[in-house]
Amino acid sequence: MDVIGRLQRQRTELTQALFKEGLLDEQFTQLQLLQDPNNPDFVAEVVSLFFEDSEKLLDELTRSLEQDPVDYKKVDAYVHQFKGSSSSIGAQRVKNACVIFRTCCEERSQEGCRQALQQVKHEFFLIKSRLEALLQLEQQILAAGGTIPFME
Amino acid sequence: MVNKSTRIQKLKGGLPTEALAKVESGDGSRIHVLAVDDNSVDRKFIEKLLKISCYKVTTVDSASRALEILGLIEGTPPLAPNAFKINLIITDYCMPGMTGYDLLKTVKECSSLKEIPVVIMSSENVPNRIKTCLAEGAEEFLLKPVQIADVKRLEGHVRDRKP
Repeated sequence: MDVIGRLQRQRTELTQALFKEGLLDEQFTQLQLLQDPNNPDFVAEVVSLFFEDSEKLLDELTRSLEQDPVDYKKVDAYVHQFKGSSSSIGAQRVKNACVIFRTCCEERSQEGCRQALQQVKHEFFLIKSRLEALLQLEQQILAAGGTIPFME
Repeated sequence: MVNKSTRIQKLKGGLPTEALAKVESGDGSRIHVLAVDDNSVDRKFIEKLLKISCYKVTTVDSASRALEILGLIEGTPPLAPNAFKINLIITDYCMPGMTGYDLLKTVKECSSLKEIPVVIMSSENVPNRIKTCLAEGAEEFLLKPVQIADVKRLEGHVRDRKP
């Protein structure tokens, strides 16, 4: 009981911090609400898919920006994808970084795009490590026989 | 009773339907929605929203695959138009190659499929785009991320068509 209580408290604190710092938005709550006993790994599955897709996109983006000349249409298409999936899971700061990136693409600014990519990478790896920690906590709670409450 | 999946497997020369799309098996009483989106996260998300709303769901990652499922793409021994009995199509607008708008147009230009309601999704709120899609016959234009309430409401587009 003590162990579960401690883990659940940690989980609540971690989740609240993620929302407070703007790393996650309301869309993540929508995802959590879709989880049910028939599909208890839904959030983990979607989040894993997001990580996988995003890392591929980041590779493509890095490669595309190294080309000479840069194909801004192609870069923008990748950023559009990234913006879409980050928006769908509620990764707010990643999404916002993508919005800035798209502006740099429109302006055809190579330096702007390079910086924007760095920012997107930074935000992505930040949310990735925090979400991995959250999911791990949830696994520990379940393994200890506890339940996971949802954010109100 | 002929199992539809098996019949299609034979027609396609052994290519399993799973290679074309994720087709859910089940009875014919539920509304069958064809969801089209090239983004895998979005595809998983819309699939879940649809399933939770008790629709039967088939997901594909492109407009051309959607046309294969609908029996519109020629070349291979064709599926009968709407062999999978799709009741509603929900498609992303921005997709590489054939867009959701192109898909909408193609469906509406086909006499055997034009009655199928089509809903467009987009992450971008572009008034001209919305107007053009609605003018072409889309039932609705949903902004992403799509909400569960939007999905539950889709049923209305299908019911309106029942004789």
